[in-house]
Amino acid sequence: MKNTLYYKTKKIIVNTLIHLFLISVAITCLYPLLWMIVSSLKSQDMIFKDISLIPRQFHFANYVLAWAEGGFGRNFINSIFYTVAVVFGIVMVSSMAAYAFSRLRFPGSKWLFIMFMAAMMIPIPGSFVALYVLLNKLHLRNTPIGYILCMINVGLSTSIFLLKTFFDKMPKELEDAARIDGCSKFGLWFHVALPLSKPVLAVVVVFNALAVWNEYILALIIFDNRQFMPLQVALQTFQGEFVTNYPLLMAGLTITALPIIIVYLVMQKYIIKGVTQGALVG
Amino acid sequence: MKIKDTLENYVFVLPAVVIFSIFYIIPFIWVFQLGLFEWDGISFTKVFVGLGNFKEIFLQDVNWWRAMWNASYITLIALTFQNILAFMLAWACDREIKMKNFYRVIFFIPPVLSEVVVGMAWRFIINDIDGANIINRSLVGMGLSNLAHNWLSDPKTALTTVAIVHCWKGFGWGFLIFLAGLQTIPRELYEAARVDGANAWQSFRRITIPLMIPVVVLVAILTVLGTMQVFVLIVSLVGGEFAGHTSVPVLRILASMRGSSRFGYACAQGITFGLVLVVISFIQYRFSKKER
Amino acid sequence: MLIRSAVLCIFALFSVLGCSGQKIDAKPTITVWHWMTDRDPAFQVLAKKYESLTGIIVNFELYAPSDAYSQKIRAAAQGTNLPDVFGILGEKRDFAAFIKAGHILDITSYMEANNSIWKNKFFPKALAVNEFALGNSYGINPGIFGVPIDIMTIQMVYNKKLLAQLGLNPNRPPKTLVEFLDVGTKIQAAGMQGLVSGWGEVWMIDCLANNYAFNIMGKDKVLATIKGEVPYTDPDWIKVFAIFKQMKDSGVLAQGLVTMINKSAEQLFANEKAVFAFNGSWCVNVYKGMNSSLEYGAMLPPEATDNFPMAIWGGAGSSFMVNARSKNKEEAVKFLAWLTDQDQQAYLAQETNNLPANKNSLSKIPEILAQFARGMDYATHPNVWGVSEFSLVIEAFDRGIQSIIIGEKTPEQVANEVQQIKDRELAKKRAR
Repeated sequence: MKNTLYYKTKKIIVNTLIHLFLISVAITCLYPLLWMIVSSLKSQDMIFKDISLIPRQFHFANYVLAWAEGGFGRNFINSIFYTVAVVFGIVMVSSMAAYAFSRLRFPGSKWLFIMFMAAMMIPIPGSFVALYVLLNKLHLRNTPIGYILCMINVGLSTSIFLLKTFFDKMPKELEDAARIDGCSKFGLWFHVALPLSKPVLAVVVVFNALAVWNEYILALIIFDNRQFMPLQVALQTFQGEFVTNYPLLMAGLTITALPIIIVYLVMQKYIIKGVTQGALVG
Repeated sequence: MKIKDTLENYVFVLPAVVIFSIFYIIPFIWVFQLGLFEWDGISFTKVFVGLGNFKEIFLQDVNWWRAMWNASYITLIALTFQNILAFMLAWACDREIKMKNFYRVIFFIPPVLSEVVVGMAWRFIINDIDGANIINRSLVGMGLSNLAHNWLSDPKTALTTVAIVHCWKGFGWGFLIFLAGLQTIPRELYEAARVDGANAWQSFRRITIPLMIPVVVLVAILTVLGTMQVFVLIVSLVGGEFAGHTSVPVLRILASMRGSSRFGYACAQGITFGLVLVVISFIQYRFSKKER
Repeated sequence: MLIRSAVLCIFALFSVLGCSGQKIDAKPTITVWHWMTDRDPAFQVLAKKYESLTGIIVNFELYAPSDAYSQKIRAAAQGTNLPDVFGILGEKRDFAAFIKAGHILDITSYMEANNSIWKNKFFPKALAVNEFALGNSYGINPGIFGVPIDIMTIQMVYNKKLLAQLGLNPNRPPKTLVEFLDVGTKIQAAGMQGLVSGWGEVWMIDCLANNYAFNIMGKDKVLATIKGEVPYTDPDWIKVFAIFKQMKDSGVLAQGLVTMINKSAEQLFANEKAVFAFNGSWCVNVYKGMNSSLEYGAMLPPEATDNFPMAIWGGAGSSFMVNARSKNKEEAVKFLAWLTDQDQQAYLAQETNNLPANKNSLSKIPEILAQFARGMDYATHPNVWGVSEFSLVIEAFDRGIQSIIIGEKTPEQVANEVQQIKDRELAKKRAR
């Protein structure tokens, strides 16, 4: 009897400690988000005077103002378009390349992979100017396709690295079985490797979506047309040279954070789904 | 037949290589050779100085190496504190506990927020004159008033405080990747171990750790690369380089580019920075290969 | 599912690409790139007005924040894609580099036409920032290359209510350094915060230090130092460095001053948490937005000696240049002439609380702005001295002062370090 009680108590204590730990970390994560949202509901003159978490007056109109003044309509759609296009492009291109580096043999594969890895590690300062001049020569400057290609390149190395690590860990039996069944290499990639790597693909999607969604400096330099600008560039209108309209800025930032959170919510389900797929393999 | 096979293989990497060559290699070469010039970023003429910029970086630029030291310090804290925290949280959420969906979402909020907001929010939480002084007030409330401190305005503690805020922002990524990794370990292995009489610690040591090593190294490499390049957070938290106490390499490069209008020198600094990162990452990668 | 989304993407791509064509207008269009977020609405109004008057379309495009704007201009310069009108945010030598690369139109002839009618509308100091004088060290032929659209000065402001709380006369702020330090002691005793400013951003420190340098040793000696004829280890310079130590010791500087960006400093002063602030005339607009009931006044930095007059930095706030390669040069110049005319300047001043560059537009500005404007008599600016200090020396100078304020170095140490770097840079320059 003592044994069972002992183990039960131990389990409860351990679980409680774990929950306490998780909750305390969660609180520190929530507070700044709350601060951002609460600040967005205050007015410019009250925002630094009133430091409580509950504003005296709720200025919900800030969100409408931020949407209108921040040009959220067109720029919001632009951002969504760029993010979808770039993420789609990266997923296709990097998973193909990572699969090849992991599973296929061809001369120079080792060196090509090292080159991609080195690129991940060497940031280029002032690359904006170089890209500007390059796109200009290619007549792709001030076009969406030019920006999309640049952004695909930005996330390429890291995505290839992430995917190759997971492809290496993948057990080969399923592929062997499919190959015996007459599957082509492309089929192997598309029908076997991609579905199996859903958890990592989800990470790649979130990682790149976040990068593209938050990018603004390259867009500002490359585009001369307001109608091509992504959301982040429009947001900068609230951070003036001298006057920063803090509540509107916070409202804008809150609106901006939402789509990414949604992407994450959708993607993180795949990380769980991956478990059941994994069980089939074992 | 063999040639067709190999050509097929090349097709897989072709799109990546093409995009990479155009949008990375070409700018890289341009920046690389610029490191050998003295240029203000505006004129159409440049002055060739050979390895002069590099000599200056290695022999005279004390500020640069201080910035590297600071960034390494922050990275060290990230590699230990941040990643251990992320791993523990991922492990906790991997188990069958209630509300793990909730935690999974909450823990990813810090990475989603922009660095500017994170800096402003934490500055508000930590500072007393231009903030709400929450940390110190909580410490006093817990009876630890002698620990209360002006964390961000004291040059001795500023860097560590920045490092901790950076960890707060970054652990969500490690958490996500660790969780993905933990979830791909087949449950049957744990079942089998339990049947064999292994306790929690043993199955952790024998199953979890060996299978997670490649993921740990992956996260370590990404952590180093991401953390060494921190800079926006520093400007929002402490206003700048704080007389050198919070200098970081990217801020130094920006200072060369904009403050001193020395584009060529900035490129040389960037290349030096990149080389250091390559060496560190390479060492980490080889380490992971050896562990197998 | 995948194929469908791919097709959708490609479709969307083409539809967006299709919109990338430019409208072809019969009327000429002038494109202006600017970074001034707060003035954009006012600019748009003026653009419409100009169009109704002349039929010429003026396209104001805002690219903020100013660092990003700066990068965009430099990138566009590399690709020779600069717009008709733009601004250069940077130092005089960057300005000179742009001129040498052929990007900027020389507008001296326009300014001096008809007996210099355009030129005489401006405050001379505002124009001086955009001018290159005879014998300048940048190698530019003398001339005027930019049009100021506002002026600004950087001075100190004081909170009247808090001064009264300290038992002082709110209408008689400290005029000498000794008085200022004395107030500092009172501030510290009362547990208040003294001077706030964005000294995390080093240029503001540079500004005040330079102001005191002019006060202590006079303009000629300061310029001689820049030219390398006087070392930074000279006793007068050590006095300048020592001022910061004295300020720190007296308690007149706010806590954490070195970690503030100017926006935090502005917020503190606006919320009456600081007694003094060191800021530019743009702050009037900022403070008004954050606390319209703030009672404050502007003053010169308290003088350390009466050997030489106190100096402040001032001159043109923002200026526009004309692209020398632009197809619409003449129209662009005409537009800028209109923009800097009396009525338009008065409008801008009212709407945005900035000081006009046109001498005749000063009538309706609020009292506090007028106080800033009066400071113009004492104003100077690095861009008018004709010489520039090496940027590495400036950086060491400013960081050295930061170290003095946080108590890590002594004035003598900083002087020695700065001079070391100066010697090194001079040697490099001679070797070229």
